[in-house]
Amino acid sequence: MTGSFLKRNPSVPVVLGLLLLGTLAVAAMAASGGLSTSFVKTLGMTLCLALAALAMDLVWGYAGILSLGNIAFFALGGYMIGMWLMTARTEIIVAESLAGQAIPATPQEIRDAVGGQIFGVVGSADFPAIWAFSGSLPAQLALVVLVPSLLALVFGWLAFRSRVTGVYLSILTQAMTLALALYLFQNDAGLRGNNGLSGLQNLPGLSAVPQATVSLWFLWGSALALGLGYLLCAWVVSGKFGAILRGIRDNEARVRFLGYPVEGFKLAVFTLSAAITGIAGALYYPQAGIVNPAEMMPIASIYLAVWVAIGGRGRLYGAVIGAIAVSLISSFFTSGKLPDLDLGPVRLVWVDWWLVMLGFSFVLVTLLAPKGLGGLVDLWTQRRRPERHGADLGPDTGAFREKEAEA
Amino acid sequence: MKTRISTLAIAAGLGFAAAPAFAQDAACPIKVGVLHSLSGTMAISETTLKDTVLMLVEDQNEKGGLLGCELEAVVVDPASDWPLFAEKARELLTVHEVDVIFGNWTSVSRKSVLPVVEELNGLLFYPVQYEGEESSKNVFYTGAAPNQQAIPATDYMIEELGVEKFALLGTDYVYPRTTNNILEAYLKDQGVADADIFVNYTPFGHSDWSKIVSDVVALGADGKKVGVISTINGDANIGFYKELAAQGVSAEDIPVIAFSVGEEELSGLDTSNLVGHLAAWNYFQSADGEANEAFVAKWKEKMGGERVTNDPMEAHYIGFNMWAQAVEQAGTTDVDAVREAMYGQTFPNLTGSVAEMLPNHHLTKPVLIGEITEDGQFDILTQTDPVPGDAWTDFLPESAMLTSDWKDLGCGMYNTQTETCVQTKSNY
Amino acid sequence: MMIRTFKTALVVTWLALGAVQAQAGPVQDLLQEQGALIEESSRRTIGPAIEAIVDSGLERVQPVLQAWQDKALWIDAEGRFWRVIEKDGDEILVDVDTGAEAGPADTAAMEQIKPNSGIRALIGTALVQFQLSDPNPARRRAALESITRDPEPELLAPLRASIETEDDADLLARKVRLERLLTARFDEDEAARVAAIEALSTDAAVETRAALNPLLASRMVALPDGETPEGNVARELSPGGDRLSRAAAYGALVDAGLAPPRPSDAEIRAALEANRANGEVGGVAVAALGDPQARARAYDALAAEGLVAPRVEEADVEAALAAHAFFDVYAEPSAAVTDAARAALTSIGIRVGAMKGVDIGLDALSLASIYFLAAIGLAVTFGVMGVINMAHGEFIMMGAYTAYLVQQIIPDRTLSLIAALPAAFVVTFVAGVAMERLVIRHLYKRPLETLLATFGISIALQQLAKIVFGTQARPLTAPDWLGGAWIINDVVGISHIRIAIFVLALMFLGFFLFLMKRTRLGLETRSVTQNPGMAASVGIDPGRVNMLTFGLGSGIAGIAGVAIGLYAKVTSEMGADYIVQSFMTVVVGGVGNIWGTLAGAAMIGGLQKGIEVLNPSNTLAAQTWMIVAVIIFIQFRPRGIIALRGRAAGD
Repeated sequence: MTGSFLKRNPSVPVVLGLLLLGTLAVAAMAASGGLSTSFVKTLGMTLCLALAALAMDLVWGYAGILSLGNIAFFALGGYMIGMWLMTARTEIIVAESLAGQAIPATPQEIRDAVGGQIFGVVGSADFPAIWAFSGSLPAQLALVVLVPSLLALVFGWLAFRSRVTGVYLSILTQAMTLALALYLFQNDAGLRGNNGLSGLQNLPGLSAVPQATVSLWFLWGSALALGLGYLLCAWVVSGKFGAILRGIRDNEARVRFLGYPVEGFKLAVFTLSAAITGIAGALYYPQAGIVNPAEMMPIASIYLAVWVAIGGRGRLYGAVIGAIAVSLISSFFTSGKLPDLDLGPVRLVWVDWWLVMLGFSFVLVTLLAPKGLGGLVDLWTQRRRPERHGADLGPDTGAFREKEAEA
Repeated sequence: MKTRISTLAIAAGLGFAAAPAFAQDAACPIKVGVLHSLSGTMAISETTLKDTVLMLVEDQNEKGGLLGCELEAVVVDPASDWPLFAEKARELLTVHEVDVIFGNWTSVSRKSVLPVVEELNGLLFYPVQYEGEESSKNVFYTGAAPNQQAIPATDYMIEELGVEKFALLGTDYVYPRTTNNILEAYLKDQGVADADIFVNYTPFGHSDWSKIVSDVVALGADGKKVGVISTINGDANIGFYKELAAQGVSAEDIPVIAFSVGEEELSGLDTSNLVGHLAAWNYFQSADGEANEAFVAKWKEKMGGERVTNDPMEAHYIGFNMWAQAVEQAGTTDVDAVREAMYGQTFPNLTGSVAEMLPNHHLTKPVLIGEITEDGQFDILTQTDPVPGDAWTDFLPESAMLTSDWKDLGCGMYNTQTETCVQTKSNY
Repeated sequence: MMIRTFKTALVVTWLALGAVQAQAGPVQDLLQEQGALIEESSRRTIGPAIEAIVDSGLERVQPVLQAWQDKALWIDAEGRFWRVIEKDGDEILVDVDTGAEAGPADTAAMEQIKPNSGIRALIGTALVQFQLSDPNPARRRAALESITRDPEPELLAPLRASIETEDDADLLARKVRLERLLTARFDEDEAARVAAIEALSTDAAVETRAALNPLLASRMVALPDGETPEGNVARELSPGGDRLSRAAAYGALVDAGLAPPRPSDAEIRAALEANRANGEVGGVAVAALGDPQARARAYDALAAEGLVAPRVEEADVEAALAAHAFFDVYAEPSAAVTDAARAALTSIGIRVGAMKGVDIGLDALSLASIYFLAAIGLAVTFGVMGVINMAHGEFIMMGAYTAYLVQQIIPDRTLSLIAALPAAFVVTFVAGVAMERLVIRHLYKRPLETLLATFGISIALQQLAKIVFGTQARPLTAPDWLGGAWIINDVVGISHIRIAIFVLALMFLGFFLFLMKRTRLGLETRSVTQNPGMAASVGIDPGRVNMLTFGLGSGIAGIAGVAIGLYAKVTSEMGADYIVQSFMTVVVGGVGNIWGTLAGAAMIGGLQKGIEVLNPSNTLAAQTWMIVAVIIFIQFRPRGIIALRGRAAGD
């Protein structure tokens, strides 16, 4: 069985091997002082983004659902773990400070003091109801998966049931993301409004451990999550389930006529994608240090799609390559390390012009390289196309679906 | 690191002559990190501050640098992306090894950077008026705390304008929320009834103001004089003032006092219908005095005649010069030594008085109230004596007993009732 | 600087020639006397100074007060007061006593008195008696405005006296009205007040309510049961009811000394801390005080020893509230007046409620027309052609920046607006055509990828705008005739620019319908949309039609940008603010049908305003719930309000 799995997914050993080698190399270089902590963090976060892109590819590249709501799941995962990180860390601080007092504090006083520390920033001192489980790590870890999945389940059920598809679904998911972001912006939402949850890089009880070490832990954690996520996604898309997903993508009506419960399949893959994205977010934000509603503004969700598109949708390694390439190049260009170019009348300030270049590169990739960077792999592996003698895969004659169907 | 400090101390001890010799050593050039967004939503405000720091660095280099070293500005772009602020701060401190950072505008970006500068013992100068309720060992707050802007402005409305009923309009984020919380508590202390305080929050960039302005006008129905305290941020002000003008709300009937509207924001507006509305700051471009004239002239020369100066720019001006003095005094750029040297440091501000750095990392600043004039400037009506900034407001029960003193108590969050230090890191 | 030095030199010459002779006169003396107060310029202390000036009865007091109010009063280096007037661009000194000109003013060496608006209002009130019968109607109007702002009892008599001599019909009506408002509040004759109040009961203006509401000001009184309060009682209150919470009622009893205060948790804690002895408090070990019940026991023990005030249990509160009665008592002693005022306010309240409904309706209509305007270009490109153009918002932005540039070239605002509309159309039309030819043409069969490509164009255009125009908002100002508002009364009103946007939206609706139903291009567009192959075979060039249609949709977005820039702001991000809402408008309404877009805009605008009314303090919440409502709506009508049927529905 394993043999056939690997046969159907030749990319799995390659990707996992490269991931392991890369992480080992980075860890070794960081240990020898060759890499700065901030770069290790950037790499760790990039791996989380790659995991989110993987989940995006699962719904978009394989099931044809361009979900612009995945970034909301990502941020929600971060919020869930952030609630525990903040509460636990603050409890330690408060316990230390109250220990010095003449009279031992009542549980209520401790809770008030913790609340005051966390919510003082937004002018409040009470724990909102949604923080009920924030003191328990297992509960919040469960919520990391449950909250995004549940949101995806409810939203997906509503949307798929009424057969909202294609572009409409994209716009609807984007509206959902916007609504959630606007809701979280309000202080009344109980998640500290625009400030969000911050100081997440300081792990409770581990204040003595330097960030250089913590960043390596997270690098390994992120690499492990990406590896497992890749295996899971590869397994999902390679079996019968994956075949039906591709069928839905290429012609939903036909699959439905064949008797498959299309809505159920879509709902399952959408929910799975949300759960994976939530986990990615929960690993990402402790490295970023802060999670707030601006993270899920509509533009961010489109970025996620862009990574997949640039990497090459409909192939799992494409998503990984896209996310890693774009976010690393992006952080290179915005670092301010590149000297400005003087081109006579125009002075090319990279920090300014980077976005312009990025924007036009989207256009170029969609126009000229619809397979994305992943298409480069084809050149190398010289994969043969199934011979269809020019026949269409589906009703959309101009679609590139024939090529995508190879994946 | 230790050795470097002692070398520096010796260098300083030998006097200025020794400094150039030292200049060939490790610390040259002295690096000044600039952590302001150059792209994204906040670029509108923050690019100006980046240019200000670059101008100040240039000036200092013309004067011969510091400790015989050239200053070198390191500019990074956190792109209005709050997590990126933390990442870029770490990059500045660990990769570029800057000696000081000037940066941030929004509270959330500051909260994002705080854990990083505290962990790596960096030095951050934060130039914008903010909501207080925070004190970090590694941050100097050169903007106004609430008691240096919001409270005096409210007093002005009550006492000078006779306002009895308040509309607190703000953009929905932390600074307006917290400031309005403080103001509500303060107004109630002053005997203003709950029913006489109307609060409204709008999203960033809000443009549909018609209903809100109507609501404010309708507040006058019970015969009390209505005033608006605006913490509306950025672009949203343009629509707000346009609507005020369209509905013919004059400053004589319903005065609006704004905490986030400065010369820069007015440059996007035709102010002829807004004459008489107010703003409270610690600095206006129209301030009298030679120092200000020189500063404004230099800015215009560098950036163009139509550019204006504003309050956060003055905050950077004071902060940068104080830092330069502290470095000279400490004879090193080492963060701990410079921080010690910062306390009690004085520097003339641009409005004619002298700013002093307090042990709670805030400045003494005069409070200015200005009326908007036709040319997009402010006519300064009153200017108080410098007010010492207070990190923890006295008007919220949670923070009334807190105080910050990094010099003697070594604690930024000290509970004066129980006489204990709540925590030495800041609350982020 | 140069000019200032020059001026100083000029004045010095003047002084040397002995031209400036400040006559010491009574007004100058008076001002000098009050100089300290005037210079302090604070509303709290200025009262006596204004009073002294007015009471002096001097003839030339009025121009001086007026100059003071207009920030035209200055003090020279010797501490003498001058009025400074502007004449042909020069600043001229004017003697406060004689009113004679005394040569150019060296304002650099003088100090300007800057009264704040509080002081200006006080001066205005003081000026009322001089101005009410002033020959200049503008001054009389200013006096009436001062009365409106600060109605004072002593203004009633001069106002009445001035009514007879008033010859301007407008001002007369205004005076009569103000007289009635003042009578209702301040007249000594009860019957006159009641009559005035009744006459006002059909008047929904804010100033009327502002005059009547203070009459009903009341305060709460707590008394032991059985006693009745003195004065004009409004009502009895029951603790725990709508008007009085139990906590507030008990607080009132504590304030009145009728009940003991409840020690707070913090006070209990402090008391326990203060009474520690031998590791225990009141017989309870200190270490055990982490338990709330142990704390209560310890505190009760202390209270039993008489060391602290006893705790007040819930039952004690209950008993205290039961043993007392609470009343609202009017500050106004006359029951007839308060009854009349209440009746009048009730009848006004109903009118105001109805008008508020109308006003909200207007607001909703206006917001809907803004959304419609922003979305109508999208209704062409997305609705008709099915192209997802994420750069639609940037076309709006380009239109607005074009208008800004035109206004830089043509200073006259009306002309520049007239020029800006076609200019914006041309610029965005060209941009749209270019985009269609270069990018979108290749992606007709791949709608989701169009989304990505146009998103790329969107962020590139946005950043380009930042690089070219900077990050600050650019001023784009409406001509004066668009600047004001159409005010029906104090409650119902709408600004001209919003009316203009509404009209523009209607024009576009008509234009769109005409284009699609009555022109060749419309016919061709519809045929290409439905079946490009068939259209091509009857001789229509689908490429050309698509290009023109897309350009047209973009051009309309450009014109919308001019309107939106005029009403809100011009920044590089203005388009991004509208993009999600615009798509929602088109989707909610039903793709491919302009009436659907109209309905979608109406629904979104109406929802937003409707929710805002429910929670006026949080506009953000209104936006959030509006989007949620739209999402839910789409679940039930996935094809929008007006869904196309049959072949036109496409897929």
